Amino acid sequence: MSIAEFFKMGGYAFYVWGAYGVTLLAFIVEILLVSHKRKTTLQQVRLMLEARGEV
Amino acid sequence: MAINWFKYSAPSTFYGLAGRLVPWFAVPAAVLFVIGLYIGFFVAPKDAVQGEAYRIIFIHVPASILSMFLYLVMAGYAALGLIFNTRLSSMMATALAPTGALFAFISLWTGALWGKPMWGAWWVWDARLTSELILLFLYFGFIALHASIDDPRRADRAAALLAIVGSVNVPIIYFSVKWWNTLHQGSTIKFSGTSMHVAMQQSMFTLLLACWLYAVAVTLVRVRSIILERERNTLWVSELKEVGL
Repeated sequence: MSIAEFFKMGGYAFYVWGAYGVTLLAFIVEILLVSHKRKTTLQQVRLMLEARGEV
Repeated sequence: MAINWFKYSAPSTFYGLAGRLVPWFAVPAAVLFVIGLYIGFFVAPKDAVQGEAYRIIFIHVPASILSMFLYLVMAGYAALGLIFNTRLSSMMATALAPTGALFAFISLWTGALWGKPMWGAWWVWDARLTSELILLFLYFGFIALHASIDDPRRADRAAALLAIVGSVNVPIIYFSVKWWNTLHQGSTIKFSGTSMHVAMQQSMFTLLLACWLYAVAVTLVRVRSIILERERNTLWVSELKEVGL
């Protein structure tokens, strides 16, 4: 099977790659959101402690 | 060696444990995703009836199973929090909801992209599809209800009730293909055996395990932020290395 044939997926390229592509995208977005939330949460806790003069 | 499991029901100790556990789930998840996709696309043969389009099954089935399984785990944690008033269980329920919703979405999305070429329709109001859509809305409802109540302990209790009542929907999804005449096909893998090619099974189960590991990893990272947020006024948080300047 050639590379071009592989990407064609027997004529179902749109459906197969659409399914896997969006799944991959969803995972990437979730990972980014979760790590962003970790950063902002740490920042907020730090700011709160600074305001109280505890750190 | 006796391990004191209750020790880890305290957010302060679980925070550190969760942080150490994340790579043990994230790395195997990434490896298994690659292996599972390799088997699914390069080892598993073409389907006799559906051609190459059937390959959507390798992500569709694991995502659907996870969407139901995570809901039950979430409802279980929420119930524990409600009954025993344990803070960490409620935080775990809150941390699981977005990932569960994500898998419900992937299940519906990949299903639509599979339904179009095979059934000729992106969507039909069939019992299986409709009950899975309700599952997605239950996740949204849980998240929205929790976010709408300021006091986190009250939010936990209200959202827990919704999660518990909503769990009735999970067996409905599971048995819908048996109870009603659905356009959606029945299970290919049954307790009595399966007609599925062995490479197809390997790909599906590898990706199922990968999705589960991924869900655990991402939930653990999320619950750590929730713990920090809700315990921000405690001494142990102010003494954390990552918080210090």
